[in-house]
Amino acid sequence: MTAEARSRTAPSRAGGSGRVWTWAGALLLLAFLGVFFLWPVGEILARGIAPDGALDLSGIGEVLARPRTLRIVGLTLAQAALATLACLVLGMPAAFVLYRLRFRGRTALRALAVVPFVLPTVVVGVAFKVLLADTPLDGSWWAIVLALVFFNVSVVTRTVGTAWEELDPAVEDAAADLGARPLRAFWSVTLPRLGPAIASAGIIVFLFCATAFGVVLVLGGARYGTVETEIWRLTSQYLDLRAASALSLVQLCFVVLVLWAAGRVRSRPELRVPDPGRAPRRGDVPVIAVAAAVGALLAVPVLALLLRSFLDRDGWTLEAWAALVGLGSGAGGAAPALAVSPLAALGNSLAFAAAGMLLALAVGLGASILLSRRPASGWGSRLRSGLEGVVMLPLGVSAVTLGFGYLVALDAPPFDLRSSPLLVPIAQALVAAPLVVRTLLPVLRGVDPLLRDAAEDLGASPVRVLWSIDLRLAARPVIAAAGLAFAICLGEFGATTFLSRPATATLPIVIERLAGHPGPGNLVMANAAAVLLAAVVAAALALAELAGARRVSRRG
Amino acid sequence: MGSRIRPVRLVVAAVAAGALLGPALAGCSGSPQDPPASGASAQLVLVTHDSFALSDGVLDAFTSETGIAVDVVALGDAGELVNKLVLTKDSPLGDVVFGIDNTFASRAVDAGVLLDYVSTALTAAEAPYLLPAGQGGEQLTPVDSGDVCVNVDHEWFAERGLAEPATLEDLADPAYRDLLVVESAATSSPGLAFLLATVAAFGEGGWQDYWRALIGNGVKIDAGWTDAYYADFSGPSSDGERPLVVSYSSSPPVEVVDPAAPSPTGVLTATCFRQTEYAGVLAGTAWPEAAQRLVDFLLSPTVQQDLPGSMYVYPVVAGTPLPETWAAHAVRIEDPYGLDPAEIGASRERWIQEWAAIVDR
Repeated sequence: MTAEARSRTAPSRAGGSGRVWTWAGALLLLAFLGVFFLWPVGEILARGIAPDGALDLSGIGEVLARPRTLRIVGLTLAQAALATLACLVLGMPAAFVLYRLRFRGRTALRALAVVPFVLPTVVVGVAFKVLLADTPLDGSWWAIVLALVFFNVSVVTRTVGTAWEELDPAVEDAAADLGARPLRAFWSVTLPRLGPAIASAGIIVFLFCATAFGVVLVLGGARYGTVETEIWRLTSQYLDLRAASALSLVQLCFVVLVLWAAGRVRSRPELRVPDPGRAPRRGDVPVIAVAAAVGALLAVPVLALLLRSFLDRDGWTLEAWAALVGLGSGAGGAAPALAVSPLAALGNSLAFAAAGMLLALAVGLGASILLSRRPASGWGSRLRSGLEGVVMLPLGVSAVTLGFGYLVALDAPPFDLRSSPLLVPIAQALVAAPLVVRTLLPVLRGVDPLLRDAAEDLGASPVRVLWSIDLRLAARPVIAAAGLAFAICLGEFGATTFLSRPATATLPIVIERLAGHPGPGNLVMANAAAVLLAAVVAAALALAELAGARRVSRRG
Repeated sequence: MGSRIRPVRLVVAAVAAGALLGPALAGCSGSPQDPPASGASAQLVLVTHDSFALSDGVLDAFTSETGIAVDVVALGDAGELVNKLVLTKDSPLGDVVFGIDNTFASRAVDAGVLLDYVSTALTAAEAPYLLPAGQGGEQLTPVDSGDVCVNVDHEWFAERGLAEPATLEDLADPAYRDLLVVESAATSSPGLAFLLATVAAFGEGGWQDYWRALIGNGVKIDAGWTDAYYADFSGPSSDGERPLVVSYSSSPPVEVVDPAAPSPTGVLTATCFRQTEYAGVLAGTAWPEAAQRLVDFLLSPTVQQDLPGSMYVYPVVAGTPLPETWAAHAVRIEDPYGLDPAEIGASRERWIQEWAAIVDR
């Protein structure tokens, strides 16, 4: 029975205290997003489109009619669409291998696969440039697309893989028993059931690619740009808020459109105990080969970083690593005076990321729970769609816009937080929360409402229902989302560089600073620090994998 | 049953974090703009750019000497710093600013973000660094200077027996085709400085043709210093192929590994543009006197001697001793290119747009 049918026969029973909880939660979430996202962004946009208090939209038309703007918008869309497509095509085989097949080392590989996603763009950009030197890709637009695929393919692998794991293989087996060849079974049985997860992954990757920044600057040089780099240039370099606001509005329209389109393809996934996977078969060889090729594509730049962290101009060296852990003085004594040592920066990173992850989980989980419930009234329904839009919007808003928004909005008590380090985890959480929602919402929507109603009939309170039904069933995805949120917060650069202070610099910021100075050892040390960051991220994700796996075995 | 506990904990933690955060945040905010309680010692916020760095203990020396605490807030690169100060003029982000340079000074001065104060510690020897009267001369105290110059990989040219170029014109000479990498004037501070050098050298009517010639001669334009220097320059700690890069006059000493040998890289002394960095007191500070003392402190020997090692710039105070590698390997540029700050302020955006139109082809 579908939820709709169910609600016709028995209107929501979440009356009384349940409704109060729901409303309180929704308002708390909206208040948080309002203060730390809508208000700052609205305030900076208002300075652009209504500079003297009166709305002046003439600027938007003028800016959008510039040939450069049109070219940039076209480039942004083309590169995001291409990269998203490539990520989906390449990420699916990897998702199959990592989440449907059972083999030794799978947990480690799953964790390692996410590493590219959080690597600092500066050092990876330089590594890419060096790797691509003397190839036709050097300095070309395709280099940007390739790098975007490198950074984002793991989002597809992870999002689709987690959903794939939850699919009942018996359906595929039945198709095979009925004579369908594996490809046919995949095409007509598996793929449709993965639809929501693929759509989710596609949206996220598209939005990440469309708002890519550092990698576009490094690989695109002066010729190529995106709406994001253009907004950064107009805002931070020219203070041309009118033009920047026009582009920000274009960006917002993209996002709303993409989210709306994504809403169309949503359907109900199954929810069950994850399948432990099966041993690889002979027929899997082509898929495994493709997945291995994807793995190689991901591994080469990371290995290049690793190699380059041991290699300076005189050959092999351990000096960068020694300096990193505080045993050396920095190669050649030329290390720039960092306000914090890399290890202290790692400590800052971990603290911020832990806070950011908790906050992202609070926002994302809270939003997912609310969004998965049937609204009892028209108002509830409107509030719900509003919340769904607002919680996803940060993916499509430039970190520069948000950062400048904080400067002009949060300048008076009780929110005089402009120079407070607390804004760092808040901004990181805004970036990570949409991914938490995209991971959890399909799962919670897949919970059969009959289960909740039955629990209520048996006298369970709404809170009890939440934990005994929703969270019990979604525990594994929650842990997976937590791991991903932690990784995103660790690697976040755009908003963090805006908000953190020298004394609380994070590791990605220190890496950027190291790579921003000449000298024999600095880039080598930046590479070593990037490898360290990658290792920490991989360890965190492996822990999340293990925690999730333990839950499965207990449940099974 | 044990397995049920975990999700509860998660939710409780999440909800608690969400519920507690708002009030907690409001309570924790350090607000430098609170009116000073009588007798309380000043709490200054020094706003600066991302490249700001002083050795450990330098700012502590100021605090222990004066009882004034200093908190440092970095606001992006030099251009971004000024733009943020302009944007937050009505509720300033701090009390003292360091790092406004001569390419952006006019914007800060015109927007009125600074109080009138120039350090009394300045002497006639530092006067050449002062901005003209009415254009920041009353508000901004020079602290350091550095030159943006084309750097050259000596070994590359020596190996090929090719004479090194010397002037801007040489860079457009076909003998040096495909050898130069520069940063974009639209996205990079040294890139902008190099554009300004060419404007100063060839004049309003001539720099555009010079850039067309550079493009014709295969100049490579990167977005930022890091990728230009590390990925495209051929220097000893870089991975690239091009032996000429726009960097700083202070870069070669840093490449020295063997102090007895000459530096493997050098600068083309006739291609330089001088950037001077200034400090000033921000309008709206609750502690103007303490702020002035901090500006004075930036000219003290403690800070001036620390500048080359920590920020790769020359101290402005005459007679400040330089580090050994600098004394041996750094070239002090005698006659760099320069432009009137007011002219830069009036034309900067237009130059960048014209430049972008030329190189975007």
